[in-house]
Formats: sequence, structure tokens, C-alpha cells
Amino acid sequence: MMDVAFRKDDFEFAARAKDEYDSLDVSHESFWKDVAVRFMKNKGAVLGACIIAFIVALAVFAPMFSGRTYKTVVIEHASLPPRVPLVEKLGFMNGTVEGVDRYAEAEAKGVHYPFGTDTLGRDLWTRCWVGTRISLYIALLAMLIDIVIGMSFGMVSGFLGGKVDLAMQRFLEILNGIPNLVIVTLLVLVLRPGIMSITIALFIKGWIGMSQVVRAQVLKLKEQEYVLASRTLGTSTVNLLRREVLPNVLGQVIIMSMFSIPNAIFTESFLAFIGLGLQAPMASLGVLINDGFKSFLVYPHMVAIPTAVLAALMLSFNIMADGLRDAFDPKMKEM
Amino acid sequence: MDTPTRERILSIRDLDISFATSSGMLHALRGIKLDLFRGETVAIVGESGSGKSVTAKAIMGILSSNGRINSGSIVYRHVAADGGAREYDIVRMSQKEVRSEICGKRIAMVFQDPMTSLNPTMTIGRQIMEAMRYHYGRSRSEARTRAEELLALVGIDNPGRRMRQYPNELSGGMRQRVVIAIALSCDPDILICDEPTTALDVTVQARILELIKDIQEKTRVTVIYITHNLGVVAKVADYVAVMYAGRIIEKGAIEEVFYDPRHPYTWGLLSSLPDTAGTAERLYSIPGNPINLLNEFPGDAFAPRNQLALNIDYRLPPPMFNVGGKHRVASWLAHERSPKVGLPVELRARIQSMLSENALDA
Amino acid sequence: MWRYALKRVMIAFFTVTTILLVLFLLLELMPGTPFNDEKLTTQQKAVIMETYGLNKPVLFRFTNYVRLMAKGDFGISYTMEKNRPIADMVGPRLGVSLAIGFQAVLLGTLIGIILGVIASLKHNSWMDSLASVIAVCGVSIPSYVFALALAFLLGYKARLFPILYDPSGSVMSSIMPTISLSMFTIATVSRFLRSEMLDVLGSDYILLAKAKGVDEGRLILRHGLRNALIPVITVLGPLVVSLMTGSLVVEKIFAIPGLGSLFVTAIQVNDYNVVVAVAFIYSVMFIAVMLVVDILYGIIDPRIRLAKGGER
Repeated sequence: MMDVAFRKDDFEFAARAKDEYDSLDVSHESFWKDVAVRFMKNKGAVLGACIIAFIVALAVFAPMFSGRTYKTVVIEHASLPPRVPLVEKLGFMNGTVEGVDRYAEAEAKGVHYPFGTDTLGRDLWTRCWVGTRISLYIALLAMLIDIVIGMSFGMVSGFLGGKVDLAMQRFLEILNGIPNLVIVTLLVLVLRPGIMSITIALFIKGWIGMSQVVRAQVLKLKEQEYVLASRTLGTSTVNLLRREVLPNVLGQVIIMSMFSIPNAIFTESFLAFIGLGLQAPMASLGVLINDGFKSFLVYPHMVAIPTAVLAALMLSFNIMADGLRDAFDPKMKEM
Repeated sequence: MDTPTRERILSIRDLDISFATSSGMLHALRGIKLDLFRGETVAIVGESGSGKSVTAKAIMGILSSNGRINSGSIVYRHVAADGGAREYDIVRMSQKEVRSEICGKRIAMVFQDPMTSLNPTMTIGRQIMEAMRYHYGRSRSEARTRAEELLALVGIDNPGRRMRQYPNELSGGMRQRVVIAIALSCDPDILICDEPTTALDVTVQARILELIKDIQEKTRVTVIYITHNLGVVAKVADYVAVMYAGRIIEKGAIEEVFYDPRHPYTWGLLSSLPDTAGTAERLYSIPGNPINLLNEFPGDAFAPRNQLALNIDYRLPPPMFNVGGKHRVASWLAHERSPKVGLPVELRARIQSMLSENALDA
Repeated sequence: MWRYALKRVMIAFFTVTTILLVLFLLLELMPGTPFNDEKLTTQQKAVIMETYGLNKPVLFRFTNYVRLMAKGDFGISYTMEKNRPIADMVGPRLGVSLAIGFQAVLLGTLIGIILGVIASLKHNSWMDSLASVIAVCGVSIPSYVFALALAFLLGYKARLFPILYDPSGSVMSSIMPTISLSMFTIATVSRFLRSEMLDVLGSDYILLAKAKGVDEGRLILRHGLRNALIPVITVLGPLVVSLMTGSLVVEKIFAIPGLGSLFVTAIQVNDYNVVVAVAFIYSVMFIAVMLVVDILYGIIDPRIRLAKGGER
């Protein structure tokens, strides 16, 4: 056999307790806490959220403290490149374009414009952050209306069922068939560009996804309705919808809303680019980009800066929304 | 039943395999020793997670990419038509070599779920012909003829027409027959069947097992059955190895293990066989859950669930004890110094009734 | 299956009709259209009425309109090029836009497939992470950002490619617009394919093919990619959309005389006839692509094409 040093009590029955085997620790944490934990693990998503928070903070506070407004025209200071107080010592962002000190030219030696100025001498730093405010405002407004319309439509369609549901879904199919581009441009064209018309253009098709999600939940609930009939006696329909449907769809609605924001920001900028943006002197990211584009080879900063902010926002929202989606519904990532 | 010349064709020694997962290294196989002889039918039995599928995949060389063979050898011995023998150590071979020399050609596999084992965008005919054309360079017409023969062999009607169909046009039972045909297409020495009937209807199950037995008689192929179903084992196997937590804990000829089981885990498994006599009042059951293979543990992995565990079971893993004939048990209970323990009463009665019913083939 | 196709065609038909209705109403109601201009004299108005049958009932006008649009007679431009048939204006521009769009899809799909396959084969490695970063950027960042960046860096600073498009067919000048437009396609296709490939490569039939002895190359291509590519066709819909939107801006940046820039100019000068005509063309293209994708998917996948009730 083998040379093993046997102990004296080796061959006696072990008097161990019966429940000594692997027990899985199934501690029940709340669903939301789980989501939060998973989200936090996703470094990209957290980074995205931080960037968004940072930009939002700048959008809210920077214009207040810049000492300038978004529409004050100072023609003498037109088309100045960025000049940042401390950084300029390092040799860039010091107000020069190809060696020429534009600030000296404009007799503005002691003045600093962190993002430079546009062709009318307006401070781009303030304009940029005010523009971000407006872009975000439009996006949020559209998102809220999306949610309201989407959920209502979905609930009604799912709850009423039958012919009404069929008709409503047919309507959706046809609406979906019309490309967003066409609807958006035609709408803003007809209604004259402005905050409201752009918002309408955004939510006119944005709610469809949400309504489908809500409708699916309502249908699922209806199937169980008869089983729960005795338990729900006396519960009003509204309460039923609120208690049974809402918690289940909340996750997906949040995710869809998160994704709708970069889309809204993009659409607004796109409209501005094709001439259907907000009117001057209003500033939005799209307006700034469109304005800046006109001189983008000569003064790239005018288009580069708002573009960078826009790209950062869109990227961050997308990554964060992706992270949220994974946090709500983790898929197995390893083979 | 005993073949006159017991020719060893597969020899597994000290096979130790781990998988790299995000939760750590999963130690799936912890030292396996097994032999396979030509013409035999061997069954490897165990719960999910016991390591039986890993063993099968290791033999074929198709472990998933995060698998590592830590140590051991799998030696396959092939005797060519002219009598010349060649030995291949599958563990030492590169993936490319294994694919081109072993897979399909010498050792073939039948998978568990016929609904997902076939490529949905390839016709049945082409899937059967593929291996033949690759391994032996057969021409398309040769391969087609052979494929139709195989389809007939596995009991599929109208082979010509079936060749041109896609998998989703066939039922589950028929698909499994196709999988068997694919496995046989290159005349392998060894056929590994990984739970071949688990995903099928009960009536179809019996027919598939019959089919495999039939084919064995016709082609003398050696079969390894991987299963958790002792009923299947009883019907088809000559030799059985019981696995638990990555180790073989009992093995032997089928009568030895079924009529004289020595390991408490085997007792638990046997108790799960359908009781045709209906005499059992209390079942001998195994409490607890299978061990988490991410952990290492000294001693016998089964000890925490074993009411008859000895102190040494928590200290040292039991070696294989020879308890007669081909019967081996990895349990300290087989050591001469351990207390004598007999079969639980309920199980003994069961086995008696099974014996008297002659449920097992001789 | 054919019932399904028929149903999709019917819905497409209804959608087109609805769009035409909307466009028609737009033309009727907007000031400044030929039908509504206050600056016209009574005489001129009468002439226009006769020509367009404006004094006939609404339904007649609408069906007439539909008939004309279906024939390709989009009316005449009012503001941009007085009295020039829009069909003439649209023709060559459509060609240019389609050419660049097609190039972008081709380039994007090819690169996307390669990236996607590599990412799936080397998943969880640095190559996969890199591909993932590229994909996220390509999907999130609008094509005009790439266009601006490319135009500035490669066109202006490095002088590698001409910034303005040269319609005499020069390939070089179409490179930057093509790349800008293809970013979204690259990103979407590669992400999608990566996930499909991972699914497919982890499937049982791949394992069976390995057990059969099929070599790695054939395994990835014939067994893996062939199956993973099938659902990719569903991505075509959103791709076409992004191309249409992207082309508007990219054409403006690179001064490409395509359909997009025609649309943009028409909007800016309020030439509603042209706006409506181009909107119609875009809509029809979109609906047609969606319809084709829907039906094609059913044909390509044998599982759907040959779905049987069930011998089990």
C-alpha cells in the first residue's frame, strides 16, 4: 500500500455536524442595490457618468461666474483664439495663431478668453456652456415627453386590447416606417425653428420604443389578471397599473431615456447644421458648431470646442446607458 | 462476454485539469486513471459537475479554451490494418494534430442535445460528408454514397431525400441519428456518447440505445457512455466508473458495482434507480450539495455529505483499493482498519429484487 | 412566409401613401408654395390653377399628386432654379450620393466584419478592448465630427486628400467623406458581429464540428461566420438611416453635389417643391430597404424558410 502515518483515531467515524457541507450564501439584497453594485463595477460607465456630471456642472455654473454674457458683441475682439491664464505660460492656448499674437493685434493684452471668441467677438466660453445648457434642456424636455406619451400610449393600447390595440399598433408601424430625418426636418421647417419646434421634432417618434415596452408589460399583466382576480378585487385600475406594471418597466424606461439623450443632442446639432437650428443670438451646441464651421479652417477652435463638448456628452451618455443596461440585465460575458 | 484478446486501446493516467474562470481556477479533474479495452462498453457516471463531460472532451482534445491540462496522459493505441500499432498521447499533441489525426477519424463523439448539435445552415448530407472528405479525401460522389449508406444504417428512411434537407426539417430523434451517422462516418475505433438520450423522449431513448448497440455489434466499435442515468448504464455497459468531484470513486465490471457497491456515494446513486418492485419505504438519499470545485480540500471530497465518513476522510484522500476482480473503490472504508460497514438495508433489499428480476443483462 | 411578405408590402404601401398625404398637405398649406403665394396676380393664379388642376376637388388633386410623384414627376423648382424640373435636378445628385453611400457601406461592412471576427476570436484580450473602444466611438460620435476632424487633420494640415469633392469622379476626393460616413457602419457591424460570433462559436454545433476534426480555418469561416452573418442584415435598416442623415452634413462639409446638399439648400431657400421631392425620395428609399431586409431575412435563414410544423 502506501507509507502513510496513520493517526490513532483515523478509522473512527467522524462526528461532524450534518450541515457542514457547502452552503451557498443566498443573501437577499434589494434589486436596486444589485443594479448599483454592478454599475459601479463598470469603470467605463462610471467614467461616463462623471464626465456628464462635470459637464453639467460647468453648464450650470460657468456662465454665472464668467463675467460675460453669451450675447454681448465686442467686435474689436472678434475671432480671438483661446487664451487661458496659467496654461499660456506653457506655450499653447496663449492667444496666438501661427505665431501671430492675435490678442496683441486686437489691443486686448490683458484680456483672457478661455475658449476664444467667435466672429462677432462673443465669449465662446460662456456661449459654449449656455449652449450646453440649452441642448441639455431640449434633450431632457423631449425625454420627459417621450416618457409620458410612451407610457400612456403603451398602457392604453395594452389595456384596452382588441381592435383598439390593433389599430394603435398599426398606427405605430406606419409611423415607424417614416424615416426620422424626414419628419424632423419637415416639422421644424413648417413650425419655424425654435426650442419648442425642435423639442416636438424630437419626441414625435422618440416615445415609440417606450410604449412597446410598457405595452408588453401590460399584456403580461393581463394574462395573470384572471388568476389574481380575487386578490385584486377592489383595487382600482390605476393602482394596479402603478403597482404591477411600473416597477417592471422602470428599468427599461430609464435605459431608453438615457439612450434618447445623446440622440436628442445630436439631432439638435444636426438641425442647426442644416440651417434649421435656433436663431441667433441663441446659443446651443449645434448653433455654435454651425457658426464655427464657417471659419473652421482658419480658426478651428470655434468649431473644435463645441464639437468636443458634444462628442464628450454623446460618448459619455452612450457608455453610461450601456453600463446601465448591463447593470440591469447582466449577461454572461465569459465562455 | 469477455473478448478473448483484451486489447487496451485507451489509457488515461493521472489526468488533472483546471479551468480558468473569472471566479478563480476551477479544478475539474483531480487525477483520473481509466483503461478502455477494444469492444467494451464503458459507462462514466456522475452528477453534473463530477467531471465526466470534461473527461470526454479531454479525450477528444476539444476542451474549451480556458481549460488547462495540469498533468497526466491520455494514450490512444491504434492498430492499423497491417497490424502495425501506433500510440498517441493526446495530451502531448498540438490542437492541430489532434483535430486532424484523432477527432472524427479515430475517436468520435455523439453529443447530448440533437436540437443544437447540427449546423442549421448546412444540409444533412454535407454535414455527414464533411468529415470523410477532410480526413480521407474522398470524392464527392464517394462520400455521398457512403453518407446515404450511413443514414440507412442509423435507421433513417429515404436517405437520398434526407441528404438534401436541413436539420430543422427533422425531428429530435432523427437528428440524433444523424449525429450518430456523422460520428461513424470515418470508421472510428472509439465512440464517445455524452448523454446521448437525455434530451430525447423516453420512447425514442430506448430506440437510440438499441441503435448504438446494434452498430456496436456490426462494427465492433468501442463505446464510452457518459451519463448520470444508471438505468441507461444497466442496459448497455460492461464496465462502469463512478465519478465524484473530479475523481473516480468506484469502478469495476457492471455486476460488481451494481450488486456489490462499496462507496456510500454509489449507494446513493443506486437508490435513485426506478423501483419496479415498489418495496421501498424509505430511500437512502444523499444530503447536501456537490462540492464547489473552485475550492481545494484535503481528504475525501464526499466526506461532508457522508454519514459514514471517517476522521481520515477529512485528512487524506483515499487511494484506490482493490476489492476483487476488476472492482476498485476509492474509500477509506475499504481499508482493513476501518469499521465494517454493510449496505444500507433499503438498498440491499432493492438489489435483491433487482437480482431476482434479472434486470441486468449478463 | 409569403403571407408575411405580403403583409409587409401592404404596410409599406400604406406608409408611402401616408407620407404622400403629409407632403401634399404641406404643399397645400405652406405659404410661399406655388399654390399659395400672395405675390401672384390673379391672372397668374388662374394659370397655375389650370395647370395643376387646383380648382378641382381635394381628392382629385391628391390622387393627381400621387400619380405624378409615382411617375417621378416631382414638379418644378420654384426658388432654386426657376422652372427647372426637379426630376432633372435630382437625377445626377442621387447618383453621386448613392455612389458615396455605397462606398461607405462597402468599406464599413468589410472593416466591420474583420474587426468583429478578430474581436470575437481574441475576446477579452487587448485587441478586443481596442475594437470595443473604436466601436463605441463610432456609434456615439456623429459622422460629421469625423468629417471635420479628417478634413482638418488629413486634408488641411497633412494635405493628404483634397478637402473639396471633385465631381469629375476623382476617387481621392471621395475618400474622406467615405471614411466619415463609414464609421458608424464599422462600429455597428463590428459590435454586432462580435457578439454573434461569440454566440455561434460557443454553440454545440461548433463543438461537434471540432469533434469531427474540421480545421480551425474552415470552422471559423464556414461554420462560424456563415451563421453569424445572417442576422447582420437586420442592421442594414439603421445603417441606411445613419447614412441618409450623415450624408446631409458630410456633403455640406466636403461640398459634394449630392442629394443631401440639395436638400439642405432647398430648406434654406424655402423651395418647398424640392424639399418635398427629396423628402419623398428619402422616405421611399428607407421604406424599400426595410422591406427588402425584412423579406430577405426570411429567405436567407433556412430555419425560417423551411420551418416545419413539427415531426417531433
